[in-house]
Amino acid sequence: KGSNEESAPSVSANSIKITDITQDGETLTFAITSQKSSSSAGVCVFRTYEDFDWLQQSLLSQEDVPGLLGVIFPPLPGKPLPSTSFTQAKALKQFGFLALGDEWKIYCKALELYLQQVAAHTTLSKSKALSSFFSSTESPGKHRGKKGIFKRLSHVMEEMRKEGHKDVDKFFQSERDSCTHLSVLFKVSTEKFLDTVLTKQKLAVACGHFSTSLHLVCNHDNPAAVTFSKICLKLSDIIEAVKVNFEKVSDNDVSSMGLALDLESRYQEAKKEMLFRRTCKLVELEAANRNSERAKPNKKAIMEGVQKATQKEFNLISSVAKKEIEQYHRARVSVLRDFLVSWCEKQLSTAQETSALFSQHLEACRGFVV
Amino acid sequence: MAEEREPPPLAGDAAETGFRELEEGEDLFISTVSTIEQLSPTSPEPASLPAEDISTNSNGPKQEILLDDDQEDLFAEATEEVSLDSPEREPILSDGPSPAITPVTPTVIITPRVDASMFDRSPDEDEEAEENGDTFDLQIMVSDPEKVGDGMNAYMAYKVTTKTSLNLFNRNEFTVKRRFSDFLGLHSKLASKYLHIGYIVPPAPEKSIVGMTKVKVGKEDLSSAEFVEKRRSALERYLMRTVNHPALLKDPDVIQFLESTELPRAVSTQALSGAGILRMVNKAAEAVNKMTIKMNESDAWFEEKQQQFENLDVQLRKLHASVESLVCHRKELSVNTASFAKSAAMLGNSEDHTALSRALSQLAEVEEKIDQLHQEQAYADFYLFSELLGDYVRLITAVKGVFDHRMKTWSKWQDAQVMLQRKREAEAKLQYANKPDKLQQAKEEIKEWEAKVQQGERDFEQISKNIRREVGRFEKQRVKDFKVVIIKYLESLVHTQQQVSIIES
Repeated sequence: KGSNEESAPSVSANSIKITDITQDGETLTFAITSQKSSSSAGVCVFRTYEDFDWLQQSLLSQEDVPGLLGVIFPPLPGKPLPSTSFTQAKALKQFGFLALGDEWKIYCKALELYLQQVAAHTTLSKSKALSSFFSSTESPGKHRGKKGIFKRLSHVMEEMRKEGHKDVDKFFQSERDSCTHLSVLFKVSTEKFLDTVLTKQKLAVACGHFSTSLHLVCNHDNPAAVTFSKICLKLSDIIEAVKVNFEKVSDNDVSSMGLALDLESRYQEAKKEMLFRRTCKLVELEAANRNSERAKPNKKAIMEGVQKATQKEFNLISSVAKKEIEQYHRARVSVLRDFLVSWCEKQLSTAQETSALFSQHLEACRGFVV
Repeated sequence: MAEEREPPPLAGDAAETGFRELEEGEDLFISTVSTIEQLSPTSPEPASLPAEDISTNSNGPKQEILLDDDQEDLFAEATEEVSLDSPEREPILSDGPSPAITPVTPTVIITPRVDASMFDRSPDEDEEAEENGDTFDLQIMVSDPEKVGDGMNAYMAYKVTTKTSLNLFNRNEFTVKRRFSDFLGLHSKLASKYLHIGYIVPPAPEKSIVGMTKVKVGKEDLSSAEFVEKRRSALERYLMRTVNHPALLKDPDVIQFLESTELPRAVSTQALSGAGILRMVNKAAEAVNKMTIKMNESDAWFEEKQQQFENLDVQLRKLHASVESLVCHRKELSVNTASFAKSAAMLGNSEDHTALSRALSQLAEVEEKIDQLHQEQAYADFYLFSELLGDYVRLITAVKGVFDHRMKTWSKWQDAQVMLQRKREAEAKLQYANKPDKLQQAKEEIKEWEAKVQQGERDFEQISKNIRREVGRFEKQRVKDFKVVIIKYLESLVHTQQQVSIIES
């Protein structure tokens, strides 16, 4: 099965698929199939969310990778709680688009994308944790790995101060600004889009009601009533078609644009985090510089040593970050474009279907003799 | 004198013509007798004018004639007599003082302004023209609502344009300005004239104090614009329905409403006025009466129909409710789509990293805008549905009103029978006492009571039947039309969406 080859070439990103999801009480188990790029044999493993979490933590806590801090980590979707313990509204608030769709379909897609992104990443794909994630038969999430070096920063004020710290590099400064700006916008757009999708679903339900009540208008008392009933039935069918249309449209929305927007939002967040890390490093560096300047002669050497090390780190991070950002921009444009195109295509085909159906109805109605 | 009520034979028969001849010599009787030919059951739109409502005071030889035709279709004769102060009428105050009926008045007492001669020419010529309805060419449009006046005395004036080729009217195309209370006034006049006889008078749109106040105060926002638009289309539909009813079309009130430039202000339609309160009191009284009258329904048809109408009412109300919720959601969707479009636009503006991605965002925004437009259209259309359903719900209320009237008449009839009984006893007594003249009088009274009521009832049963048919047909027609409309619209919506998507990719 190739599970022994720890140093084997990485998993081919395109082959990663989440093929199945089972729900057992409160835990969801995902069946993931993948292929190593060197072989054509498929591997299937079962993972729960904890495993994903472990993977992410492992990635974050790799210590032997230089400039790790400069890497934009693909964002992992939040922990899912099956609907037994969640109300729909809460799920929507937490997950946005990922909560929609039957049986966590969209959520699975997001996880799949996450894995694909990790596997496709030049640095991250080399991680041992990743390969063991894909091939090890036992669930890796059972051992709690070392906590990452990025402790949750609980001091919001400190965060904000560092966030606003002016950058030495113009490129990065502008990146930070636009990132902040854009991420807000993306969030807003995602929310609004979610609203429209929800309303479309509500419309679909209301159409359903209307259609049913039309169906119930059934009266055979006299010819006039019979004809009226027939008309009502016809109308009921039509409204049913309208409803189906709405459902399809909203499905299309969710599976393409919704997913794209959600992904984009989370990626923006990840980028922001990365930039923030760099900024922290920058602050550290500047502190080190100051220290080394002010250091008493006996400490000076040490300070300088620290300063040099920090400087090196910082430079490394910056260079990695730069590459990452450029890569990110390229990738994201193509991802977004793909999603948009697929959305258009889906809507187009749905629209065509519906249009044909409606024309049929129209013909039938016109021929209806009163 | 047979007094049992039989289901009226529908066919007008030859005796009618005989009757008419008799009538010509009858000057005591109201002169503007517009008699109608056969009320054949096949004609869907009997151009029948309401049956006579013989004034309570008229005595004399007339009664004999009526007696002879007792078993016949008395309802076939149509007298345009409207006694505005007879007891069975609802005291809806028509405009102006209602001229009292005296037994010898020769003119049609509808409104003092109306030229009685206008009425003479009607049925004979117009009947053939309109009998089949295919030469029914009358189009009414209500347009251009404009605010007249200021503050709380302001009102909306609507332009009512009529295009017709009927010779009922003086010109082929004319426009007048009317305000909402004029419409209400027209409705109340028609209701007072025809409701108790059994015609289903289309209900006028409701008064909405909140809506109007908003408009009066000058709030220029979406809801008041909507309100005005709703009202305008409701008024248009109301007028079209009214003129689609052949008898109502010929009513001089209606004609005057459509034609004359100046209409005396119908003050009795104000919501908070003496008349309004009187109306409310009457409504309450009627409701109480309804509960106390237990009708002995001997005509299965009516029972059935009443039941049907109840059912229909319930169903329509349900439908109406669903459509309302649909409309609501549509509104929501359009709002949401608009806001999404806005945010996408913002995104497009700030997304300057790649020209490509900006272009995409902008496209997305355009798409959303168009989408929103569609939503508004869909919403307008659904809202047509809900208006239509609302109209029908109200119409059914009117129909129920007709049924109620029938009940009232029935109870009057019963009362009359009781009276009859008493009079008969009195007569018998008189016979014993041998007072021939009083006897005669008693006899006459008896017969008069009897006949009047019986005849009224039969007549309006007949009419109800016809009308019911009409209503059913109308419903069908309308629903069908609507369906076609909504489909056509939806098709275009879908089609346009298609086009947009093509532009996109």
